[in-house]
Formats: sequence, structure tokens, C-alpha cells
Amino acid sequence: MIINRFLAHVGRYFQLMGTAIARPEKTSMYYRETMRQMNDIGVGSLVIVVLIAVFIGAVTAIQFAYQLQDSFVPRYYIGYIVRDTTIIELAPTITCLVLAGKVGSNLAAEIGGMRQKEHIDAMEIMGVNTAAYLIMPKVLGALIMIPMLVAIAAFVSILGGYLATVPVGLISHAEYELGVRSYFVSYNIILMFIKSFVFAFILTSVPCYQGYYVKGGSIELGRASTNAVVFSDILILLFDYLIAVVFT
Amino acid sequence: MIRTENLIKSFGDTTVLKGITTEFYPGKTNLIIGRSGAGKTVLLKLLVGLHKPTNGCVWYGDTDFFSLDKKAVRAIRMEVGMLFQASALFDSMTVEENVRFPLDMFTNMTPKEKLMQVNSCLERVSLEGANSKYPSETSGGMQKRVGIARAIVLNPKYLFCDEPNSGLDPKTAIVIDELIKDITVEKNITTVINTHDMNSVMEIGDNIILLYHGEITWRGSKDEVLESENEYLQDFIFASPFLQRLRARALKNS
Repeated sequence: MIINRFLAHVGRYFQLMGTAIARPEKTSMYYRETMRQMNDIGVGSLVIVVLIAVFIGAVTAIQFAYQLQDSFVPRYYIGYIVRDTTIIELAPTITCLVLAGKVGSNLAAEIGGMRQKEHIDAMEIMGVNTAAYLIMPKVLGALIMIPMLVAIAAFVSILGGYLATVPVGLISHAEYELGVRSYFVSYNIILMFIKSFVFAFILTSVPCYQGYYVKGGSIELGRASTNAVVFSDILILLFDYLIAVVFT
Repeated sequence: MIRTENLIKSFGDTTVLKGITTEFYPGKTNLIIGRSGAGKTVLLKLLVGLHKPTNGCVWYGDTDFFSLDKKAVRAIRMEVGMLFQASALFDSMTVEENVRFPLDMFTNMTPKEKLMQVNSCLERVSLEGANSKYPSETSGGMQKRVGIARAIVLNPKYLFCDEPNSGLDPKTAIVIDELIKDITVEKNITTVINTHDMNSVMEIGDNIILLYHGEITWRGSKDEVLESENEYLQDFIFASPFLQRLRARALKNS
């Protein structure tokens, strides 16, 4: 029973995504909507992403400095570890988990509200491909903006690590800089962007699916919003693992 | 003209519509009436394609609606306008943006041409100057009129209205009825209205079907309502003792 329901959801999800990838009725309308989404998802999330990134970098640096106490590992490794953990894992994954909460619940509520107020029916009757018009700009906006946010998060995290360690004397400026410049593998940046794209798709398409098929009233809308965040988070972690297995 | 042929709709084990065969004519206000749960809304949703029938066909002219591919369905839908029970106006858009939405989406008109078309529709529904208001800043009657303006902005061939008078006071309901009737005649639209408002039945019912438990139990026009001996119709139309007395008096006088 549960497996049947799960498979039905998966099938319906892919069907919806198939319908969403369609030629726009009017490119200018989709362009305008994509711009709005880029602003909402990207610019609207900048402050929270920066704030979280600073603390992630700072905590990673302090924790690692603590673990290096009384060891023979060179202290400049703090910069190296902060850089690599941030780029490979923390910036894409934590940023996207946070965005799944912020953006995902918002998208599910927005589309779910439109479904309940018959806005989607009204558009369908006008001849609008609602799956495409309501979902494509959101996914596209996220695919453009979230990798940028992740890149900013990675940079700010490294800066956060610096601020948490250098001014308080845990490590010198030269040591931190040396660590950040050491053993750099550019492939890690590619890995970061692969994760960002995959997570961006998940954290927009799953909430859109949850909102699009919402039924009932405000309780169901709240449930759809919660499911959107929970399922997005689970899928992000699952794909984080799969990407790690496949690409490293 | 819209025609339905043996339209059946079931939800699980429950059959809501049991073989509806009827016609809706252009230039006339076609009414679907019946008690709550009779299947009116399901029939209307089948007509516009929001539900798929379990069996049967809906013909738009000579075209079987449910045999069409998605592209052809969208082409037909551009000839359709619909007024929803709760108006379904996009609440984060102004009145002007709501009415302009179909033009933005489907036409290559210039902004000036769009504004002219929007203003002409708003004028038609007596809402001149309401362009910059948000739906939340307007009354229920105004929202219905904005809904009508949006429904007719692309000059549709078919207009569907789901309980256009629900939640309105009797005076405003009459205004809305007359507006729909006038637009139907003016533009020779096939208008299908789902209602249980008795004023609408008696004022604008050119072609009426009465649904009872998913079947058509009576059909006729407003002029035939008084004379009809159909038990379900009389029970439905003249539900209150007051209306029954009025009917008796009217029949006596005639």
C-alpha cells in the first residue's frame, strides 16, 4: 500500500515535470515571472545565507583549531580544512537545506493557495499551461540563483573562518592564507556547482509538486508546506550521498 | 453551440451524472439548475474540461472536446471565458492586471491596445476607474463584475458562470444577471450558467435544464416554469410556502 502510494507520487511528479517543460505561450510573461522568482529566491535569501555561512565557517575553524591543539598537524591546515569542507559539503548542502525551509515552504503555500482559490482552474480554462507557467520560472530562477548563493556562501564561510580565528590569535593571517591556498583542487568547485544545481531543482520542484496537487483547506495546505520541506530535505541529503559516491 | 452526449461521471462507486444529453445554444442564457449535490458543478466542470467524463462526449460545435490533444484543447479554451463562484481573481494583481492577464498571455497587442481593451471591458461592466484597485479592496458584486470583464476580454464564444449570484444581495444579483444576459445577446455567446437562484431562473432562463440526482428531470424556458406540472421542478422552484402562494395566485390570474 505504502509502496503503491509512493510510486503513484513519483509517477505523478515526473508527469508534472514533463508538462512543466513546455514551450511558453508568451515568452515575455515567463521572462517576467522568472525575473520575479530570481529576485524572491536569490536576493530574498541573500541575508540568511550570508549569516549562516559566516557561522558555519567560524564554527568549523574553531572546532578544527580545538582538535589541532597539542598535535603535530600544522596550524595552517585550519584554512585548508575550512575551505574544502565548505566548498565540497557545507556551502551547498547547508545552504540548500536552509533554502528548502525558506523557499520550499513559500512555494508550496503560494501554489497550494492558488489551487484552493481556483486561480489554477481559472488559468487552465483560459488555456494557460499552468504547470509550465507556475513551475518552470520558479525552477529556472532557482537554477540560476542558488548556485550563485552557494558560491557566495562558500566565500563568506571561508571569511567567517578567518574572522573566528585570526583576530583572536588562534592562527596568524599568513597561516590562514597559506591554508586556504594549499592543495587546491579545482574539481571541488565543479562538485559544489553540481550539488547546487541538483539541490536547487529538488528544493523548487518538490514544493511546487506538493502545492500543485493540494486538496482540502488550510490544514492540508499547512501539511503540504511541511511535506515540501521534509521531502526536499530528505532528497537533498540522499542526492548529496549519491553525488559523493558517483563524483568522488 | 455546445452539446453533451450521454455524459456519465463517477467518483469511485458514486455516479454523480447519469447520462446527460443536452444542448446549449448561442445567444441564449442556458441554465443548469438543481438542488445542492444534484451534479451541477460537476457538469459545468466537465463542460470546461476540468473533469474528464467516465463516459460520453462534449461537443463544441463539431469538435469532440475530449478527443482533442492538449494543443487543440488550449485553442478551444482561448474561446472560453469563465466566471467562478468565488470570482477566482488573482489577489496580488490589480483589477486592470487581472483583466489584462489573458491579453498579456495570448495576444501580441501593444500596451496601449491592451489598456483600451481592458478599459472597454471594465466600462462594459460599469467599473470605469477601478483599474488600480486590488480585489480585496472591492465588494463581492464588483469582484463578480471584474470576473466577467476578465472572462470576456478575449471575446469568447463560450461563457461559463458557476453560481454567479452566490453571496450577493438580491439587487446586485439582478445587475449581474442582466449584465450576463446582455453580453450573451450582444456578442452571440453560448452562455452556460449553473445556479440555484430563483430570480435568475425566472428572469434570464432562456434554456433551462433541471438536474435531479444526476439526471435531467425537466427542460424548458422561464416561460414554461409556471405552467409545468413537473413535481421536482415545482418542489425546487417554489420551495417556500410564500412562493407557492405566489404561483397559485399567478396561475389563477392567468
